[in-house]
Formats: sequence, C-alpha cells, structure tokens
Amino acid sequence: MTIASTTQLICFVVLAATLVLGSLGVVLLPNIVYSAFLLGGVFLSVAGLYLMLNASFVAAAQVLVYVGAVNVLILFAIMLVNKKENLEAIPGLALRRVLSGAVCAGLFALLIRVAFVTPWPLPGPEPVGEDATIRIGEHLFSDYLLPFELASVLLLIAMIGAIVLARRDVISSDIATGDPVDQGLIEKERTPLLLDRTPR
Amino acid sequence: MVTIPALAQVAQVGLDLEGSFELAMRSLGLSPGAAHLLWLPLPMVLVLVAAVVGVLVNVWLERKISAAVQQRIGPEYAGALGVLQPLADGMKLLFKEDVIPARADGVLFTLGPVLVLVPVILSWLVVPFGQNLLISNVGIGIFLWIALSSIQPIGLLMSGYASNNKYSLLGGLRAAAQSISYEIPLALAVLAVVMMSNSLSTVDIVNQQSGAGILSWNIWRQPVGFVIFWICALAECERLPFDLPEAEEELVAGYQTEYSGMKFALFYLGSYINLVLSALLVSVLYLGGWGFPVPVEWLAGWLGQSVDAPLVQVITASVGIVMTVLKAYLLVFFAILLRWTVPRVRIDQLLDLGWKFLLPIALVNLLVTASLKLAFPMAFGG
Repeated sequence: MTIASTTQLICFVVLAATLVLGSLGVVLLPNIVYSAFLLGGVFLSVAGLYLMLNASFVAAAQVLVYVGAVNVLILFAIMLVNKKENLEAIPGLALRRVLSGAVCAGLFALLIRVAFVTPWPLPGPEPVGEDATIRIGEHLFSDYLLPFELASVLLLIAMIGAIVLARRDVISSDIATGDPVDQGLIEKERTPLLLDRTPR
Repeated sequence: MVTIPALAQVAQVGLDLEGSFELAMRSLGLSPGAAHLLWLPLPMVLVLVAAVVGVLVNVWLERKISAAVQQRIGPEYAGALGVLQPLADGMKLLFKEDVIPARADGVLFTLGPVLVLVPVILSWLVVPFGQNLLISNVGIGIFLWIALSSIQPIGLLMSGYASNNKYSLLGGLRAAAQSISYEIPLALAVLAVVMMSNSLSTVDIVNQQSGAGILSWNIWRQPVGFVIFWICALAECERLPFDLPEAEEELVAGYQTEYSGMKFALFYLGSYINLVLSALLVSVLYLGGWGFPVPVEWLAGWLGQSVDAPLVQVITASVGIVMTVLKAYLLVFFAILLRWTVPRVRIDQLLDLGWKFLLPIALVNLLVTASLKLAFPMAFGG
C-alpha cells in the first residue's frame, strides 16, 4: 500500500464519518442552530468527497453554492426569527417519530438494495481532471441547455416571489379613487405599519 | 487526487528544488514516498510563515502610515522605527486571559474565529509568486478562492450568535450580509478577467498579461473591473469605508465584542491576512502578477543572456517575488490611505452601493468584455 492510497483511504474514512454523523446530527439535534451549522459541515464533507473523485470544479461549486449561499441564508433566517419559545407538545409525538423513523429506514433499505443490486461498471470511466470545467461548460450550452435555462427561470420565479413576500410598503389605497385596496392576498391583515402613500 | 505541491520548482531545466530535496533525502536512505512526504509540508509552512510575517509588516505599516496621515510619529520605541510594535501587540494578545462569557455557547464561540481564519489561509494555495512559485497550480485557481471566501460568513454568524450579545449578533449578521452582497460583483469582475485569459488558473492569468510588460497588464483592458474588484475586496476585508460590522459608535466592536486573547487574535490575523491576500490577488488579476514593467526576457536578451541559465533563473524568480510583494503592498498602502480619507458609509448606503450600483456595472462590464473579446480577439484574448 503506497502512501498516496493510504492518505486517500484515511481522507475517505474521515469525510464519510463526518458526513454520516453530521447528517444524523442535523436531523436529531433539538437545537435548530446546531443543526444549521452541522448542515454546513455536511456540505463541506460532500465537497471533500467530490475532490477525492477528481471533480475539483464541482467541489468548489458545492462550497460556493451550498455552504456560501444556501447554508448562510438558512442561518440568516434562523437568526432573524430566533425566538426562545417552548413549542407546545404535539399529541402522539412518539407515534409520529416511530412512523417517520420507519419510513426513513425503508428508504435506506431501498437505497442499500439499489447500491448492491445495480451492476456498476467498475472501474468507472477515467476522470477528466482539470478539463472538467471545459466539459461542464460545453454540456451546459449544448445538450443540457434546456434544463439550464429552466433552472434560471425557476430562480427568477423564486426571486420575484421573495420580493413580493418581503415587500411591506404597499400602497394602502387606490391612487385614483381613494378607495381602500383589498390586500388580503399580500398581507394577512392590514397593520398600521403600512405606509400611507396617498398623494396630498 | 492530492495535487503535488511544486513550490520553487523554479525552472524545468535549471533549478528543481523539489527534485534535489527528494534526491538528498533518498541519499539518506529514505524511500521515494517518504522523501515526498517530507517535502509536502515545506512549501505550506513557508507560505504560512510568509502570510504571518506579511501580517506583522502590515500592522506596522498601518500604524506608521496612519500616524503619518495624522501628522503623528506613531510607534517609535519598540525596535528601530517601531518595527517590533506588531510583535509586542501579538505577545500581548497571546498572554491575555482567554475569556469565554458565562452565558455564551462555548463550542461555537471557539469554532467561529477558526472558521474565519482557515479559509483565508487556505486561499494562499493559489497565490503565485512566479511561474512555478506557488503551492499548487490547481486548474480551478481563482474560483477556489471565491468558493473558500464564501465560507467566512458562516464563521462570522457563528461567533456573532455564540457570544450571546445583541451587538455581536447584529455585527455578525451585518458582516455576513456585507460579505454575501459584495461577493457577487467581485465574482463577476473576476469572471471578466477569466473570460479574457480563457483559464481559471492564476498562473495562466498572469502569463496572459506578460506579453508586453506594463502595457499588457489587465488594468488597461479592465479599468472598470479593477475598480469594482478593489471596492469589493475592501468590503470583503471590512476595511474602513466598509467596516460597518464593527462600527464602534453603533455596535461596540460588532461580532468581536466578546472576544479577547488568542481568539480575538485569530480575527485580527484573519482580517490582515485577508487584506494582504486581496492585494496579492488584485496584483495577480490586474497588475501583471510577478511581471516586471519591462519583460525580463527582453532585459535578458539585451544583456545577451540566455533565459534558461541558472543564474538568470534565480534573478528572474527573485524579481518576480519582489514585484508581486511590491505591488501588493502598494495596494495595501492605498487601502490604509483610503481608511483615513473616506468616511464610513451607512448600512443602507452600503447595500445600495453593492446591489444597485456595483452589480449592474459588473454585469455591463462582463457583457462589454464578452463583446470586445468577440470583436477584437487579438487584444482581448481570443
């Protein structure tokens, strides 16, 4: 066993262990802030696994998108609404836990079966290494163009939705007639926080 | 998988430090693998030491230049011209009591500063000081830096949250918001440069600028990108026009409020290493990296020397290192001057500047670069 393969094995074991334990922590820990930080750790170890598979561009993209954007936004959301309150007990919590645990175990068994039954072509194709960036670009702008564009449309929709939800200074009355505008679709109830923008 | 560090493999023919080191180790009776294993940490330790020494120089410069701007003398008694002052600062932080506030979250409180510092140091992986003078010429080069710098906000949020202090939490949230907002124009500015050099690798980006000395530097082709990048880099480093996360009048010291001793030193170190790193990357992306204003090959030609001769190689490498560091510290000087020239912006002005001004300008810059590249492939990298 050479030094390189030993290092690789150690890295794999460490990454896999952090991945499994971290994701268990994300699900099982009662403190939501810990869960969110652990999720960042899980994303990072997934990036490490990509790196070990010679996919450095995908690894960097994973860090940039999942750790740098998704996880930070999750943390933001948690910290902006972090109220220390004791949630009231849900009836039948134990039964719910057993049920969801059973569903997860079933899914896990299914995945294990897929992993063992599928005839994987081993060893896989040669990793392209540093050329991967160019390859990904070529694919994105040729045969994967439609999914790529659809994903950007999806992001645009999400952004517009977020703006509509977050926008508060909606005009409370019709400018032309002065009649109050029904904003039931945007606001749950009309609060005095709304700015009065009637022209004087 | 593990990329081979090839620092100081100065030339393919002349000098090969890695080769000769491994040869020497093997002559001592070690196996090739063990010799390679002994070589591996050397460039990393060297770069780590360089980064920390860079911080010491930086702190001293900051004190001296700030003093000069305000017509004071600055540190004077610790060593000649006060050069030992940063060391004294460091020792003070080292010997201070390491306090964890009673109601704080101990684990996250400790992990926060580490998460802020480690990505910054990791990013030194891709900073080139010469053709082969870097730890690893990874293909994704500059993208690695962008990805790594996006981990920092998590550390900031973590320390802000764990301190259990309203100023800390607000400071952490502000720092993370600022970091995210300015990362986007920064990445777009980098993308324009990458588009011109057809590569993400920092070495390729510098080589693409090495054609005609100072005339071929990217700053002439990307003036707008240069300004955007510099503004965003200052914002990412939380330097003064943008040091809102720790605005004293509003937030005491932001996310650093509860920190003292070595944990505070980690933040301090991180911010200064980040400043030097940003300056180095500006010089790599826009100021020709290790390039001399007149190409060294021309100089060697005029002097009738072969570029491949070992002595010329050593001189070229030294000139490269000196030029990189010189350009970086020139930019640091400008950053310090800016600190005492420009007032701090307000948080809404900061976000307006980032989202409503820099982002559209960066997009337009990218579009113009793309069309110029199609129109004049000779000048803008075909």
